[in-house]
Amino acid sequence: MKSAVIVFPGSNCDRDLAVAFEAATGSKPEMIWHRDTDLPDDIDLIGVPGGFSYGDYLRSGAMAARSPVMQAVARAADRGAFVLGICNGFQVLTESGLLPGALLRNAGGHFVCRDVALTVENAQSAFTSLYDAGEAITYPVAHHDGNYFADDATLDRLEGEGRVALRYAESVNGSARNIAGILNDAGNVLGMMPHPERVIEAAHGKTDGQRLFKGIVEGLLAKA
Amino acid sequence: MKARIFVTLKGGVLDPQGRAIQHALSGLGFDGVNDVRAGKLIELDLADGTSDEDIDAMCRKLLANTVIENYRIEKVA
Repeated sequence: MKSAVIVFPGSNCDRDLAVAFEAATGSKPEMIWHRDTDLPDDIDLIGVPGGFSYGDYLRSGAMAARSPVMQAVARAADRGAFVLGICNGFQVLTESGLLPGALLRNAGGHFVCRDVALTVENAQSAFTSLYDAGEAITYPVAHHDGNYFADDATLDRLEGEGRVALRYAESVNGSARNIAGILNDAGNVLGMMPHPERVIEAAHGKTDGQRLFKGIVEGLLAKA
Repeated sequence: MKARIFVTLKGGVLDPQGRAIQHALSGLGFDGVNDVRAGKLIELDLADGTSDEDIDAMCRKLLANTVIENYRIEKVA
């Protein structure tokens, strides 16, 4: 199983995500620099990490979404590779059009950095299959621009098609319909503001994120 | 040739920055500020003859996120 983590200037969760990928897949992911124009043809899983790519210039994720490597990520997603965007990675995926909507400044205006209660809305997806539908879990968040926005028609479609993977179970950032994570229509791209890679080891204090990464591996094995 | 691109949040999109500015103005004693919306001004210094289509494409492809923002182009001689 081949995985990769994209590294932009200003990414700061890339190594944490690499540790999570390695723990789940059993092999080290390739770290791919943003200027690279190609990914390995047989790549199974791509992580777009959190951080402050390009210093959040213009809009969070805007510059990273137009970097050369994102065209390769889009091609890999088209082929069916799994793409997981976390925090700034979610912003990059919406800015690049791989996921609908946009992430606005938090409604309260503050950077929010704490554990938050979440509900697993869709436990059928390739990313969330090891959770129970409606399960209450806790992941940390750390973001300024996590207020998910889309027009009502898009929100209705996301909900109707089971593409809301995770919802906040408490007030966090003003997100439309408390959306914390969404899937693309094919179900192989997940973007989410909370950080599962920060809760995978006993030493982290919580391990709620572990099953996300194990679930991805099971999903990939089932697909193969 | 220069162009100024004004990027503003669409109506209905929450603007916490604008709201904070409004509160600060009220704190300074300026009453009667009903609402504040903050946006961006991007100035482009362009080669002569750059087409309107190209400037518009720059806005759509990068300068504005049309999911949440509107843009207005003002060409300056």
